[in-house]
Order: sequence, then structure tokens, then C-alpha cells
Amino acid sequence: MNDKPEKFIDENGLRLDGRQINEIRPMTIKIGVLSRADGSCYLEWGNNKVLVAVYGPRELHPRRLQKSDSALIRYRYNMAAFSVEERVRPGPSRRSIEISKVSREAFEPVVMTQLYPGAVIDVFAEVLQADAGTRTAAINAASIALADAGIPMKGLVAACAVGKVDDKLVLDLNKPEDNYGQADLPIAMTQDGDITLVQMDGDLSQEEFKQAVEMCKEGCRQILEIQKEALKNKFADDTAVNIPDDIDEVTYVEAIVEFDIEEDEYPEEDDISGESEDEDEDTGSLDEEGEPEDIEEEFIDIVEEAADEEEITEGSDIREQ
Amino acid sequence: MEREIVLPGQLLSENKTDSGPGTYVKDGKVYSLLYGIKNTRNKIAVIPFSGKYIPSGKDFVIGTVIEVTPSNWIFDIGSPYDGLLHVSEYPKRVESDRMPGIMDVGDSALLRVKDVNPSMKVELSMRERGLKPLKVGRIIEVVPARVPRVIGHGGSMVSMLKKETGCEIFVGQNGRIWINGNDSDLDHLTEAIEMIMQQSHTTGLTERVCQFLRNEKDVADAEESIDAEEDLAEEEEAEDEDESEIAEDTYRKVDALLDETDE
Repeated sequence: MNDKPEKFIDENGLRLDGRQINEIRPMTIKIGVLSRADGSCYLEWGNNKVLVAVYGPRELHPRRLQKSDSALIRYRYNMAAFSVEERVRPGPSRRSIEISKVSREAFEPVVMTQLYPGAVIDVFAEVLQADAGTRTAAINAASIALADAGIPMKGLVAACAVGKVDDKLVLDLNKPEDNYGQADLPIAMTQDGDITLVQMDGDLSQEEFKQAVEMCKEGCRQILEIQKEALKNKFADDTAVNIPDDIDEVTYVEAIVEFDIEEDEYPEEDDISGESEDEDEDTGSLDEEGEPEDIEEEFIDIVEEAADEEEITEGSDIREQ
Repeated sequence: MEREIVLPGQLLSENKTDSGPGTYVKDGKVYSLLYGIKNTRNKIAVIPFSGKYIPSGKDFVIGTVIEVTPSNWIFDIGSPYDGLLHVSEYPKRVESDRMPGIMDVGDSALLRVKDVNPSMKVELSMRERGLKPLKVGRIIEVVPARVPRVIGHGGSMVSMLKKETGCEIFVGQNGRIWINGNDSDLDHLTEAIEMIMQQSHTTGLTERVCQFLRNEKDVADAEESIDAEEDLAEEEEAEDEDESEIAEDTYRKVDALLDETDE
């Protein structure tokens, strides 16, 4: 197997697949592709194809795994047997267990697990076709699937990798760059720029590392835009009906025990029980305030913290083979 | 009039006092926790598009028995947490060995959440008017986040459904709806509820569902004899008047309620 290209970057500064060094591969996202799951997402990123299903929060068995004060997140990263040329042996491997662990930890800071004590949130990420960067692709998809499942999160998580080929840093490695490159640095971060996952394979100097994190930040910002776009457009298909007006009156006002209740015993105290105070409302005449929409601009400086604050699993096996 | 779709982590307000359900405060600013629709009224709330039912006190729910213990029925209430109904919370005194005779595994019941403790132990109660074990009817499951839509503004949707179909309806906060009536009415009602679910984010839904049910009824009526049809038509008229009365009444009540809470 010696299909190592002679040059990764041509004289015009373009890479093997014609991208700039700081350009990510095209990404397409479909939401809600699995009807049985509570939330799901199918994501294509270059030649990567990833399907993520989210279940939960649901009851956790065995009970000994339950955490009394928060929900447990279970993340299962798995490569389909047919996802690469050479058949992947089914079942958990050293590599997939490791990726599952670090990916789970990438989500733990953003998911509001404390709201669901004793429950579990299951995330299943299946790689259908692999072409370098599947863990980042899976994280990007999982982030959307979690949102689709209605799970409270402090923000979305975006992930992407920076690598080094021909002594140059490049964003979002493809297969040959990953296999024969000098380094690979996948990073996941929240929209505030807080890093939740860092791994590294190969060598980078300190200078390069800082620069790589900067590049990654920009890549993640672009990915976050794509994620947001996808979520906002989920209901764009039925634009005809997308003019909500008196929608979702959060009136828990009538919790409705209405059989044929006679007027006099209409349970008045039920009406105002609990939520109604802040949630009752009238016929949907609400004033939209011009809200600032873009917060993602605020990718704050994280380079410094990134290095010392976060878990760095150096020398871990990044290769997709 | 359009409500904005918001995403987790989206900035909603600079003022931390605006924080309502489905939001969180960081550095004095309000951000969304959920993927849903922003609701700006008094406080900013985010209503999720989906999500599980999380029990809270005083909710009405529909549960299914999954286990009978010597002193408790354990109910599946469509949430990550099971509910406990202690025998003492059953309206009548029951001996332990008779419990399965009243409700056995697989039976459903209309219940109320009495209390939820911090470790999410859910205590249920049946000591309230209208709550009972279910022997007849059907249960429809819907997304809990869309339950308010089935109830409608001040119960307008649910009372309309009742008037139009003549069925009994109980809407549980956990996304289960119990309906009871004759078979063809139940079929129409089921279709109507499906329609509500599909179009839950649209405006003027009550009207459309009402129209839909009337059409259905017309079709059904057409199949009957002319005599019966006439009778029905009369009844229908009577019902219509009835409905408007009730609706008005409901609105008055809601208005009064709103006034109270506004003060």
C-alpha cells in the first residue's frame, strides 16, 4: 500500500482535492431521519457519512449505573463493517471505545444532565462511510441530534481537525492527508470557543499548535453556521404553515380534567396551579423584539487555556484505519 | 406574528430578569437551552419542538400499570421516571390482595401527580374528581411538548373537539390522550388529533380542525337515511349554539384569570 502522493499541496497552494489549506469539506445535514429515535441526524462531510440517533432521557438500567444527581450520557461511536475498504471487525475495539469516551466528554459540559437525575441519554453514532475525521463528523451530527431530541444544552458543539502535511497546517484532513500526514489535531468546541475535546497524533511545535487551534476555531465557526442553518431550516419545507401565531399557548392553564364537569365545580385552583402565572397568555399577540442573532461571533480567545486546561490525549491513534 | 426558531446557546436577552422556562443565564445574559420557538411575553421562554415528559407536581397524567406491589401500583407515565400510586391514594379502601383486581399490569388510569421529590420519585394520586381506572375508550400518544396545542387557548380546542364529536376526552400532560365514545366518532377524533400534531405550529388551527370534523360528520351522515339525517342536522344546530355559549364562557373565565395574574 504505497499510494502516498508526492506532494500534498500543489504550486497553486491547493490540496489534493482542490481545497485551500483553510477550507473545510462540503457538509450536508438532514435532521430527524429516524422516526423511532427521539432525535436523529444524518451528516455527510466530504466522503464521510455518519448517522446519529439520540434516545432519552430515559430510565437507566442497570440501576447501579444511575447517578443520583444527574443524567448519564452514553455515547457509542461505531464504524460499520463496510465503512472502509478493508472490513472493520464488528463490535467495540480499542479505538472505538476511546473515541466514544472522548466524544462523550465533549458533550458533558454542555448538556444539562442535572435536570434528569438517575436517567440516561443515549447517543449512537454510526459511521457508514469513513474518509478521515469521522469522530469530528460524529460529534457535529450528535450535537444536532441532541438538539432535535429536545435535550437542554448550553450550546451546540462543533468539531473539526487540523493537520500538518508538507510542513504546512491544513484544515479538515481528508483520507490521504490523514494517512500520510505529519500530524492530526481534532478539536471540539462550544460556540463560546471553550474546547471540550483535544486529541493529537503526530508532532506539532508549540507555535504550530497555537496556530492550529486558531485555524480550528475558524473551522468550527463555519461548521456551527452550517449546523444552525440546518436546524433553522428543518421546518422550512412546510413554509406554508410556518406562520405560527397563537402557537403553543403554554397555557398549562387547563390541565383538563374535563369530563362533563358542571360549571360550578370547574376546578379553579387547578387553573392557576403552578405554571400558569408565567405561562398563560392571550391570543398570541406577541411583540417580536429585534434580537441580536449572532452570538457565534464571540469565539473568544482560548488558545492559551486550550493547552493547559483541557484533556490532551497525545499520541492517540487518530487514523481512520 | 411569526415566532422565531431558536437554538441552544442562542442569545435571547441582555437582561437576566427575562429568563423564563427553557433558558439559562450566563454572565447576566439570557441564552436558550433548547431547540424550539421563542415566546416573548413577560419573560422569554423557549418552547421545545420535542422532548420527554418530565413529571411535576399537580400535572394530570395517564399511566399504565407495570407492576403491582403489596402497597403500590407502579405506573409507566411516559417519562424517564415511573410513578407510584399508593393504595391510600386510591379513592376507596383496598385490601392488598384485591389490588390486582382493581388495576392489574397493563391497565391504564387517569391520575394526578401528587409530588415529585428531588431524586425524581413520583407520587401519584387518584383522590380527585374525574380520576379513575380506565376500562373503555382509546389512548392516543402525542409529543408532550404539543399537549398545550391539543388543549388550546383556555381549553378552546378541547371543548371544540368534545362538542363536535360528542366524545369524552382527557388530556394528560404526559402526552397521552384518553378518548371515549362510539367507534366512528373516535376515528374522526383520532384523525383530528393527528391533524393537530402535524400542524401544531400553524395559526387558526382550531377553526380548521372544527371544519375538518364537520366535513367528516357530513360524510358520515350522508350514508344514513334521510330521516336520521334531518334529526342529526337539528341536533347539530343545537350543538352549535351550545358550543358558542360554552366557548364564550370559557373565554370569560380565562380573561378573568388573566386579569388576576396580571395584577
